Amino acid sequence: MLADVAPDPTSSAAAGHPLAPLPYRVRAVATETADTTTLTIEPRSTRSVPAPAPGQFVMLYAFGVGESPIGVSAHRADGTLVHTVRNVGKVTSALARLTPGDTVGVRGPYGRGWPLQEARGQDLVIVAGGLGLPPLRPVLYEVFENRDRYGRVEVIYGARTPKDLIYYEELQSWRRRSDLRIQVTVDAAGRDWYGDVGVVTTRLPDVRFDGSRTSAFICGPEIMMRLTAQAVVARGVRPEATWVSMERNMKCAVALCGHCQFGPTFVCRDGPVLSYRALEPFLAVKEV
Amino acid sequence: MSSRTTEDFREAVRRHPFLEGLDPAFLDAMVRLGVERRFRVDEHLAREGAPANVLYILLDGKVALEVGAADHPALTVQTVGAGEVLGWSWLVAPYRWRFDARAVKPVHAVEIEGGALRRLLSEHPDWGYQFLLRFLPVLAERLENTRIQLLDIHAR
Repeated sequence: MLADVAPDPTSSAAAGHPLAPLPYRVRAVATETADTTTLTIEPRSTRSVPAPAPGQFVMLYAFGVGESPIGVSAHRADGTLVHTVRNVGKVTSALARLTPGDTVGVRGPYGRGWPLQEARGQDLVIVAGGLGLPPLRPVLYEVFENRDRYGRVEVIYGARTPKDLIYYEELQSWRRRSDLRIQVTVDAAGRDWYGDVGVVTTRLPDVRFDGSRTSAFICGPEIMMRLTAQAVVARGVRPEATWVSMERNMKCAVALCGHCQFGPTFVCRDGPVLSYRALEPFLAVKEV
Repeated sequence: MSSRTTEDFREAVRRHPFLEGLDPAFLDAMVRLGVERRFRVDEHLAREGAPANVLYILLDGKVALEVGAADHPALTVQTVGAGEVLGWSWLVAPYRWRFDARAVKPVHAVEIEGGALRRLLSEHPDWGYQFLLRFLPVLAERLENTRIQLLDIHAR
């Protein structure tokens, strides 16, 4: 019975039913690419969900359609949340059609985020593929705010084509920073693209870090995460310091329904950020 | 520009990741075959179908490997740059480039004439074996990357 299950006391659900969303107002909608939209939402009342840690997700409820787990790509002290949504299904299509003033339901935040506390004092290698960048953007904001807590920071971002790059203006500003290095690559491009072409792992040989004191944060399609994790571990990063953000079919988000089970873990509760050490035995198993 | 005279250039070639650690005599022989080349942005290092008679050892810059057809715009499938090598068609008959290679950043490279290199490798089978042990992983990695690209992992 749901009421017998103690929800995360820091979750908005603790204030009521564990699955009850809070109403948020859509403040702004930005088109990132042909199929990707960024929503900025704010609480409709004085109640808001707790501040999410980098890497956590919330359940966004498109009323009358359904819920979808969406990573948090930014948040502000006033309760504002920013989510980047790719229009790939009924719920995300409905979310992508929202306009300013519309209402969306929010519950969460859920799961375990990026282990930034453990990463302090270390070099950071951040690798994002496609829609893997939004859940990693809060990590970069944390780095920018507390730059002296981290060593060298290297970022690799890969997308399908140049037209599929998101946060384009922000990428340009990050590239101008002297306190991190970012490489952008695409899988294929026309002749008007003068940047790198190739999968993200092709950029790793250019990345400089001390493997023994490095944390790697990886988010993207599962095969990309597997190959990238293998590559950074081969460069000396410890498997337990190599972290990937798993995406599974999260439904309840509170480890009840089992839809997101991955091997021995519930991705919604134990993840979505999990260590490669724990995941490695399962990542290449197609049946899992 | 053609120059095999400067020691700085030779040292840069010796330190290139693809060549570093090779048998010193083999390395010297490779360096003697090398010609320094520079390419401007948009200048082609190779044209698909043209005779392929060189191996490029890239010291700096970036090169786009492009495929295309008369009824299809050119598509860049990979870029290669400093620390990498470009060209395998000189090694395998019929010695014709299988893609276009266009500089997308100014390129500084060593050009090694393919025929001379094939002769060198044939005359010194142990060097030939060393060379293939260096070259095959490059080909294998590019094949694996192409397979991943074929999966189109970022598609819906």
